[in-house]
Amino acid sequence: MMSRFFQSDGVYYFLRTPSAIVAAIIVVIIVGGAIFAPWIAQSNPYDLASFSLMDGLLPPVWQGGDPRFLLGTDNQGRDMVSSILYGARLSLFIGFMSMAIATVLGVGLGLAAGYYGGRFDAIVMRIADVQLALPAILTALLIDGISRGLLPPSVQQDLRVVVLIIAIALSLWVNFARTARASVFVERNKDYVQAAMIMGQRPSRVMLRHILPNIMGPLLVIMTVDLASAILLEATLSFLGIGLPADSPSLGTLIRIGMQFQLSGEWWILWVPTIVLAALVVSINILGDFLRDIFNPRLR
Amino acid sequence: MLTVENLTVQFPGRFGTFTAIEDVSLTIERGEIHGLVGESGAGKSTIGAAIIGLLQPPGFVSNGSIHLGDTDLLILGDDEAHQTRGKRISMIFQDPQTSLNPLMTIEDQLIETIQTHEDISTEDARSRAISLLEETGIENASQRIKAYPHQFSGGMRQRVVIALALCTNPELIIADEPTTALDVAVQSQVLDLIRGLANTRGIGFLLITHDIGVIAQTCQNVTVLRGGQVMEHGPTQQVLNAPEHPYTQSLMAAVPRLDVKLDRFLVPDTEEGVETAPIGRSAEDAERWLRSGDEMLGQGLSMEGVTVKFTGARDSLFRKPEVFVALDDVSMTIRPGTVMGLVGESGSGKSTMAKVLTGLVQPTAGTLKLNDSTLPLARQRGRKDPSRRVIQMVFQDPYSSLNSRHRIGDILAEPLWLYGLENDRAKRRDLAAAMLDLVGLSADAINRYPHQFSGGQRQRIAVARSLLARPRVLICDEPTSALDVSIQAQVLNLLKDLQARFSLTILFISHNLAVVRQMSDDITVLKSGKVVEAGPSEAFFNDPQADYSQELLSLTPNYVGQKGVASQTLVTEV
Repeated sequence: MMSRFFQSDGVYYFLRTPSAIVAAIIVVIIVGGAIFAPWIAQSNPYDLASFSLMDGLLPPVWQGGDPRFLLGTDNQGRDMVSSILYGARLSLFIGFMSMAIATVLGVGLGLAAGYYGGRFDAIVMRIADVQLALPAILTALLIDGISRGLLPPSVQQDLRVVVLIIAIALSLWVNFARTARASVFVERNKDYVQAAMIMGQRPSRVMLRHILPNIMGPLLVIMTVDLASAILLEATLSFLGIGLPADSPSLGTLIRIGMQFQLSGEWWILWVPTIVLAALVVSINILGDFLRDIFNPRLR
Repeated sequence: MLTVENLTVQFPGRFGTFTAIEDVSLTIERGEIHGLVGESGAGKSTIGAAIIGLLQPPGFVSNGSIHLGDTDLLILGDDEAHQTRGKRISMIFQDPQTSLNPLMTIEDQLIETIQTHEDISTEDARSRAISLLEETGIENASQRIKAYPHQFSGGMRQRVVIALALCTNPELIIADEPTTALDVAVQSQVLDLIRGLANTRGIGFLLITHDIGVIAQTCQNVTVLRGGQVMEHGPTQQVLNAPEHPYTQSLMAAVPRLDVKLDRFLVPDTEEGVETAPIGRSAEDAERWLRSGDEMLGQGLSMEGVTVKFTGARDSLFRKPEVFVALDDVSMTIRPGTVMGLVGESGSGKSTMAKVLTGLVQPTAGTLKLNDSTLPLARQRGRKDPSRRVIQMVFQDPYSSLNSRHRIGDILAEPLWLYGLENDRAKRRDLAAAMLDLVGLSADAINRYPHQFSGGQRQRIAVARSLLARPRVLICDEPTSALDVSIQAQVLNLLKDLQARFSLTILFISHNLAVVRQMSDDITVLKSGKVVEAGPSEAFFNDPQADYSQELLSLTPNYVGQKGVASQTLVTEV
């Protein structure tokens, strides 16, 4: 089983694409660091007892900072490395969750729209068009506003993450729906689908068992690319203050906090999280491009 | 004029170097049409690409030489090669739909090509373009030249492509399957045109095709390829009628004959040998299981006054969309346990008939009958309707009719599970393996995926799948037109055997009259959605009644008993 994996085309071309290897290493480091943050970070930025104001605003080690803080500290004395690990943890969690919800919603609707066509298709696709016309920020503001109006203030803080995930998922599902629908239009007329229909198989079975596995290629590519968009969207929303509050910082929130120090000499508070975010998003996109090439042999 | 000597083309790849062409030599004289024939993967197109210098990377010529006149084509630099390619060698591709730019008028494309290679004014180029179109048989050329490619029919478009190839007055034209996408009537016109050009202009043609009939009709000399090597070459008549090489002999024997019905095809000895290494279960188990079905008697299938209308796209809110009549009051009766051949050109409604019978298309009017009881039309036919099992279909393209993400075992078990024929999972697997043996495949195929099989093997798998529903009626929509002749012979033999052993009723749809003659008891000829002629097959082939049938029969290329066409061309050799 393993040997078959290592001989597959994917692995073969991966080992011959330096950009994909570098991107994969960066993603593995950041994602791994985020997952294991509680065990490898030296302090917990959410825990007031684990850091001290006395260590505030220390520069990175190569600029003469304290060797305990590799990338320096912020004004509260929090270790930048730890903040980034925990921030990336939140960013990635939100990104993955919203991408997953968008995938299920979008692929489900796209499959059904492409399979049934006609009126159902028209309705779903017009909703998708309307959704595309609304900027993600507006959707997030809308859901944020509704949740503030409906929910008691005590729950609101806890649900900020959920609100963000729903808002981002709602602005991303259209990509999945459109791609799935277009692919279904192609697959639906292929003989193996016709054969399944002639046999009298249930539509749900035709869609999920026959069509879905055959359109996974393009969908996987969109999933990676949209994961990057979801992370960026979350950062944007948090940067604008609609997302996560300062006491549970994601990468976007860290960047917003860092903005205040940009002109006063403490550049690392802004730039370190920014570079991490950029590296993560670029790497995921490069991997997405690589996947697209793998699934489309003609581009090779 | 063109001399290819000891040409070897290699493709370095991940699993070692693949030699596509090995030690091929051929010569083409002025005005000669040289046929290059072989099955898929034989390297026909690669030779054409090597001559014109368009080998797909990483392919390269590793040995040999190609001379056009005195020019050595292989040592030319990029610029010179580009010049030669346009000016002295032209190419005609298979599909006229894609070899013309749909966004440019014919005029623009012709003038552009002429001016690229010659420094003449647009006016002169236009008058040259018009005369070229006239030469290729396009009437009213000065008007038609303003049109876009989609405003021409398929055959007309191929004429335009030929005119485009003539723009630079080339010495050699490489025609890669130029008529494969065309109907017989149009095919014979295009071949006439090619013959005419070779005679009048003295252009040498390299005609690449898999169709022996086309070779017989047009070529003076022929080269037979297999696996990148020349099997036999020589004058067409000699190679086709008295082949010397065993491969050529078996290839000729596998070509369906139009003039006489044979019981079985002679199957050439190919690499795709029929594997028989059954694991435990064998063909007898499958046969016993098939016979244990309750209704072994043949079932008849008939349609009465079926009309199918498709509504086009609505282009205005206030006007009704145009209606296209695909089938017009069609009636047909297939007797129980016989094979009905359904022939017609593309667009005549053959596939629509299959779709009406299988319940994919809702007819506007008409009734269907399965063994004297009414067969519900598409929308009325429920998912659980018994006819869903009794009527099974075999599709044209074995590459798309099997779900490429499923294992063969799962594909075959599906009908057993769906129709509740066998509820035990392990027994379903056993039966699938046994059925593979029945259709001539190794039973261990159940753990593999469709892409691991060749076209012919996949078509066998598709037949096995339809048999596992224990059907009484098979609808075969061009089941062999995507296959090579030798593989076609094997699959047709298989269908014949199964039909005889299990007294299946078969609707056999094909555009190839010779294949239909070999397969069917009765025949129905369809033209533009109407039945032109129907009756017993042998009577039809010996004495066709309708004008259209006679025309169709006379246009179908036939390599034996050819009515002097090939010899005629031989006489006019330059």
